[in-house]
Amino acid sequence: MSASAAVFSCRTAPLSRTPIWRILLIHVTAATVLTVFWVKVGSVVAHEMDALSGWKGTYKEYTQKTGLLYGAGEFYYLLSVAVQYALIAQKASQEAQERAVESSVRAREAELSALKAQINPHFLYNSLNSISALTSIDPARAREMCVSLADFLRLTLGMGEKAVIPLSEEVGLLEKYCAIEKVRFGERLKVNEEIQEEAKECLLPPLLLQPLFENAVVHGIAQMAEGGWIRLRATRNGERISLTVENSWDPEAGSSRKNGVGLKNVQRRLEARYGNDAQLQATAEDEVFRVNLSFPAETEKAT
Amino acid sequence: MNGGKRKWKALIVDDEELARKLLREMLSSHPEIEIVAECGNGMEAVKAAGEHKPDLLFLDVQMPKLTGFDVLELIDRAGLAIIFVTAFDQYAMKAFDVHAVDYLLKPFSRERFEAALERAKSQEGRKVVDAGELAAASRPVGQYAERIVVKDGTKVTLIAVNKLDYAEALDDYVSLVSEGKKHLKQQTISGLEMALDPVMFVRIHRSYIVNLERVARIEPYGKDSKVAILANGVKLPVSRAGYARLKTLLEDQD
Repeated sequence: MSASAAVFSCRTAPLSRTPIWRILLIHVTAATVLTVFWVKVGSVVAHEMDALSGWKGTYKEYTQKTGLLYGAGEFYYLLSVAVQYALIAQKASQEAQERAVESSVRAREAELSALKAQINPHFLYNSLNSISALTSIDPARAREMCVSLADFLRLTLGMGEKAVIPLSEEVGLLEKYCAIEKVRFGERLKVNEEIQEEAKECLLPPLLLQPLFENAVVHGIAQMAEGGWIRLRATRNGERISLTVENSWDPEAGSSRKNGVGLKNVQRRLEARYGNDAQLQATAEDEVFRVNLSFPAETEKAT
Repeated sequence: MNGGKRKWKALIVDDEELARKLLREMLSSHPEIEIVAECGNGMEAVKAAGEHKPDLLFLDVQMPKLTGFDVLELIDRAGLAIIFVTAFDQYAMKAFDVHAVDYLLKPFSRERFEAALERAKSQEGRKVVDAGELAAASRPVGQYAERIVVKDGTKVTLIAVNKLDYAEALDDYVSLVSEGKKHLKQQTISGLEMALDPVMFVRIHRSYIVNLERVARIEPYGKDSKVAILANGVKLPVSRAGYARLKTLLEDQD
């Protein structure tokens, strides 16, 4: 009985969210009320037993031991409270552990689906078609393109195993990607990089920027007959790093990024690593599509 | 027909220069085929098709401004054999299969190219595929056209569907009314109806499709017909079946 009362009072007064004076007040009051109640019940029972048996000893003996009964009642109640709080704490820690496992699984899933989405099959088919065309027109360039494509694939697949890479490595991959797309688009694709020296060693999840470049090509450059440009800017402002991918686009081309799978993926990966400390902003204005990422600057030495 | 002697005029349309070069190279061993033009985008293709009247069209699907489907809607397809050349996914290819237009998936082999060419050549006299139907079949289920392409003379105009007030059937054409202008397009009104989102557009009459947002009110007209009055005052006839469609649509929205 003490135990079930303790379950109730402990639930209504969880340790972590209740001020200490209130916890004491609640349990001392509960202990007193319960004990007084039980002792009274006991005395009534003793009285009745005497009345039924005709012997006057039970009640007398009982009243002599009331003090002890009060003490025991209070003690059992408080013991139940302690056990109950311990059980609650154990359950909470178990739940926290489950949540942690679940969120790491989810982060991993986001990672995997991001990686799967990296290599767009159309990118491969179009690249292979360019190689097919070059084999007779310009065999040397065909070979170059094969090597670029192999390098790009090797880098992409290798990066997937790492949690973070320095920005310089990601930029290296973007350069390979652009080299391949330049064979396809020729003069139509112009790429510009402005990367601050201090930003180069900053760490980021691998292939974070690649889908943004791919979007810029598919929704920007490929939609403009005269072609367009992509610009990457990276700056470090003390504790934070800011990355901006911009591209020219034609608002009338009709290829809006309605579902924005690529962007959502980038957002999810940022959240998985930096939580609320990362920001992603996508804007479209004056024929420029811009995505800005901002998150804490980490380097190899610091972590 | 004497296929051996016949000269074929071919048009190559692809926004990638290398892709065009590849086709040119593969065609070089076919003296019976003359490449009349190479186009880097859909607008050029529409113009070149009008000028050269090709027999054979190699057409990329994903191109800036006008897609391959848009091009087909705007050119005279009578007697034209079409080969799509694309890196498009298999899913969209089903549309081509159904409509028996041949296609080459990038990258393709010499053998596959020759087979497609043979098939295209033997297509002569085949019935003309409705381009709108083809485009509709290639769209994923539940997706509708966002714009309509029209050609006024040599000028190509893109009409965003939310700017379309209504469409009227005129024999083999539809008249599309948007922002106070009328554009004629060679298409059946049923073909147009299929391309448009049925939540936005209603076929109120055998000859009319209306943008629901433009309808101000419906009034009785004569004994058992009705008339739809648009926000700009234009009156359109509503048939009994059209009125029923209109009613269910308006009730669904409540």
